[in-house]
Amino acid sequence: MDESALRRALGWPGQYWLLVMMWMRSGLAYPLSFALTVLTGVLITGTDFAAVFLMFSHLKSFGGFSLGEMAILYGTASMTLGLANLLTGSIDQVGQRIRTGELDVWLVRPVPAFLQAVAGDFVLRRVGRPLQAGLILAVALSRTELDWTVAKGLVLGLSLITGTIIFGAIFVLGAAFQFIAIDSAELSNSFTYGGQQLTQYPLVIFGQDVVRAVTFIVPLAFVNYYPVLYVLGKPAPLGLPSWIGLLAPLVAIAMIALASLAWRGGLRRYRSTGS
Amino acid sequence: MGVYWAIAVRSFRRFSTYRIATLSGAFTNTVFGFIFCGVYLTLWEARPGLGGYDVSDALTFVWLQQGLLLPVGIFGATTTGELGERVRTGEIAVDLYRPTHLMLWWLSVDAGRAAFQLLFRGGAPLLVGALVFNLNFPSSALQWLAVAVAVTFGITVSFGVRYLVALSGFWITDSRGVANLAMAMSLFFSGSTLPLVLFPGWIGEVARATPWAATLQVPIDVWLGRNPGGVGSALAFQLVWILILVLAGQLATYFATRKVVIAGG
Repeated sequence: MDESALRRALGWPGQYWLLVMMWMRSGLAYPLSFALTVLTGVLITGTDFAAVFLMFSHLKSFGGFSLGEMAILYGTASMTLGLANLLTGSIDQVGQRIRTGELDVWLVRPVPAFLQAVAGDFVLRRVGRPLQAGLILAVALSRTELDWTVAKGLVLGLSLITGTIIFGAIFVLGAAFQFIAIDSAELSNSFTYGGQQLTQYPLVIFGQDVVRAVTFIVPLAFVNYYPVLYVLGKPAPLGLPSWIGLLAPLVAIAMIALASLAWRGGLRRYRSTGS
Repeated sequence: MGVYWAIAVRSFRRFSTYRIATLSGAFTNTVFGFIFCGVYLTLWEARPGLGGYDVSDALTFVWLQQGLLLPVGIFGATTTGELGERVRTGEIAVDLYRPTHLMLWWLSVDAGRAAFQLLFRGGAPLLVGALVFNLNFPSSALQWLAVAVAVTFGITVSFGVRYLVALSGFWITDSRGVANLAMAMSLFFSGSTLPLVLFPGWIGEVARATPWAATLQVPIDVWLGRNPGGVGSALAFQLVWILILVLAGQLATYFATRKVVIAGG
């Protein structure tokens, strides 16, 4: 990397922050609407957990998990998805920008298109989900009896970061696919929101094939399931070793590499209509 | 009357042009269908007969729910979303010039959308679900008719709520906050996050009395033949909400158009 490229790269955090601040101000322009959106962000994601809670009025254990343990799974799944959604901004709407021609606006500005995409329409209201999930996670952790060790604490803390990265990479991969199929925005919902829905339950209930698929094909099991199994001291499925949760950071790095390749490939493939 | 039919037909055609979007949406509904089936199988295996549903009722519920989410507009719908946006930007002025009734105009637009999404977004996941699982289907022509009426009523109730939400922009400028609040209510009280038959005690009673219950839970129960008070009272319940919402919609339209000031230019 030559010196000018390095200097450009050093400018990125500042540019990102500038864009985020701009969108935050824009979001606060209608205060009542903003307050309602944050409140409802908490409510909408809260209903997700309310469903789990209501299920437990009929059950004592779900796939071998108690309510408290389910709350840990839910909290980690929802929090990582929420943070990933917050940090990748409007990148999942890139297809719409291609259709309307607005993508060109990103390309002519002296800031990388990727930064504009992830900072664009930075919606502070999206803090609702991670906030609510974090609260449930905190309550669940304080109420569940666990033999805490430093290693377990580290694994859980780290899994929140790596899980966010894995979900974030899936958002970017879904966006990159929109360069090929403009209207496919909803497709990635299967893996992002669908992934969150899936990982908030003990994966074994879905059968071995699903566990294999989310371990080896779309590594959603590394978002929270394997790390949480490690923390709870439960055995891993498929005869996998119990330390498989420790591989989450490696999976996250691989996902970043994949997402970065895909995004660059997509952007290179893009041809403006020019009108 | 002809004009509203024409609008509905064009709205249907408009939505039929987004083929990839329809395909990816149906794929997503199918994925969610499988996830919910996994969850509900675990639930109903642990507690057979829960909420008066047997296992195949529960699985049928999943695929009907996934099929109806978009047509009914549980998350809101493109059409009423656009109406809210037009109120915010002032483009609503153009709609008010037209010698048509505002609510009927948008009902027609929404009906065209719903019809298309019912056929393709609703049909595809249900087909996949029926191929993989043993699902329940209505057994008589009369029951099919009841299902058709209940689904139409459900979509109309949903439109009634979404129309009011969009028009709230006349008073608070940006209706997106209200739209999100309505979405939270709709997700929870329609039976989308969990069938209302599993809601215990007073929460269940409150949930089953809301207009959102009339949009999704009631039509599905008509399909399953599981309405607690029979099909007749289920349809009557939907009709009461339609009347209330149409009346409220008319009032809101009246006051909004009295209030609005269109800046010329």
